[in-house]
Amino acid sequence: MHPAYSIIFFTTASGLGYGLAAVLGLGFLDPSSMWVRFAHIVALGLISAGLLSSTLHLGNPQRAWRALTQWRSSWLSREGVLSLATFVPLCISAWFALFEGRHLPLVGLLGAIGCVVTVYCTSMIYASLRAVQAWNTQLTPACYLLYAGASGSLLGAFFAAGAGQSAVVLTGLSLVLFTAAWATKLVWRLRLREKQISTPESATGLGAIGTVRLFERPHTNENYLTREMGYRVARKHADKLFAIALIAGGLVPLALLFLSPVLGHTQAAIALGLAVVLHTFGMLVERWLFFAEARHAVMNYYGR
Amino acid sequence: MTCLPSQPTPKKLGLVIDLDVCVGCHACVVSCKEWNTGGYGAALSDQEPYGAEVSGTFLNRIHSFEVIPDGGEVAAEKGHARLVHFPKSCLHCENAPCVTVCPTGASYKRADDGIVLVDEDMCIGCGLCAWACPYGAREMDVSAGVMKKCTLCVDRIYNETLEEEDRVPSCVRTCPTNARHFGDLADPTSAVSIMVAERGGYDLMPEQQTLPVNKYLPPRPKTRLEDVAPLAAADTAGAKGFFAWVDAVLERF
Ligand code: SF4
Ligand code: SF4
Repeated sequence: MHPAYSIIFFTTASGLGYGLAAVLGLGFLDPSSMWVRFAHIVALGLISAGLLSSTLHLGNPQRAWRALTQWRSSWLSREGVLSLATFVPLCISAWFALFEGRHLPLVGLLGAIGCVVTVYCTSMIYASLRAVQAWNTQLTPACYLLYAGASGSLLGAFFAAGAGQSAVVLTGLSLVLFTAAWATKLVWRLRLREKQISTPESATGLGAIGTVRLFERPHTNENYLTREMGYRVARKHADKLFAIALIAGGLVPLALLFLSPVLGHTQAAIALGLAVVLHTFGMLVERWLFFAEARHAVMNYYGR
Repeated sequence: MTCLPSQPTPKKLGLVIDLDVCVGCHACVVSCKEWNTGGYGAALSDQEPYGAEVSGTFLNRIHSFEVIPDGGEVAAEKGHARLVHFPKSCLHCENAPCVTVCPTGASYKRADDGIVLVDEDMCIGCGLCAWACPYGAREMDVSAGVMKKCTLCVDRIYNETLEEEDRVPSCVRTCPTNARHFGDLADPTSAVSIMVAERGGYDLMPEQQTLPVNKYLPPRPKTRLEDVAPLAAADTAGAKGFFAWVDAVLERF
């Protein structure tokens, strides 16, 4: 699948934003500190930037409101509805944190639930597509949710260190979520090597005669389908990129998280700040691969 | 409304494509583009039509496949390879994944005849339906930013201003070899249903669980060249009448 930058940015930014918003909503941080107030702004900023970027690839963005109507059947529509609904508790929480330095437990909890459900809807847009076998598994939402949790708890630990607050629980949670997220991702990635359920033989129904090979494409140049769904990345490059994502997005942040409790607050904030930057970079690479490595069934008609 | 009709549609209009007959001439591709670029909605645009990177929106495309008998690696190694021309357009699936993913309600399946359509005025051009279709039957028109797909020529088949014989999809009307047939596949007595029953018509990618309405008829088995009796038989024992006389005369020399 074509790795569109607007979508990669969207899923990465909204994963970070919703993760952080959930951590804030659950009251892991004390909003009397300027750092924590700033964290609310960062969370809302990441979510909004992600959602705006997701509208960039639309052919007719002026009608985007229509995407809120088909929540009964469409995960994309559900995502739209829930992302807007979740803004309500998130904005209320941010308001009270910013102007009154207070955490509202109930509104925060509602917001956190909204974050989880919205990320789940985003992941189900992909997981529900049978035509893309790599995505069509419950491991896809598991990865998205665990990544959002890992990102959010890491960001939370960073802001806590900045604010000089103790974040033992958050750091512990982050360690667990990081490990779980990347372990799930490794299992998810093993599925890429699985046999494809659709083949040129099943796509043409000619398997009874023999092995089917594309002889001539319908046209000499690329078309919408080959551009959108025919993206291929060399296995050796993909493996290297995955290693980069795993190290930058997982292992180094994990090590820095481990280290942070024994450092002073300033040093911990610097270490965790570095972890956030590396993790974000790793997530961008991971999301790029999520698209680039996924094969679409239609490519059975295009010999790719 | 992007929920699928709750009941099976009373009619299932669709195409039956005969892979034994298609010669891969692309006439249906041209006639499809011609009809559908002018009638309703956005035109089927082309990008760089006279440049090096020509591309454009098509609702029907012809692929050609080489089928090599099992055990062979290259053509003619294990018997004769076959070249099969393979037309492909929307299959108007009963369980159409392209419809249910649509967030706007632009995509829908008609409850009466099962045709899958896009209301272009509602489409935001998110492209998700093209991702959901395993067959590549939907193409986004790059210039209009809306999704285009085969309408089964809904503006022809019910159009009483056309001659009766023209009230079929443009591709069906055009095909010079009669490889494309149109009809109601819910009616077991229709010509298309009989054809499917007699020739063993099948679904493409049944494992995708889309329940396509369109069916494909397999190429008929070919007689192998080595099995055909040589034209001039060496044995003249069965000759009668004039031929027996010629045979007898020639034998004398
Ligand atoms: S062929 Fe593709 S576009 Fe047509 S109904 Fe089936 S899934 Fe939808
Ligand atoms: S591209 Fe248009 S028809 Fe397709 S899913 Fe998006 S809004 Fe619906």
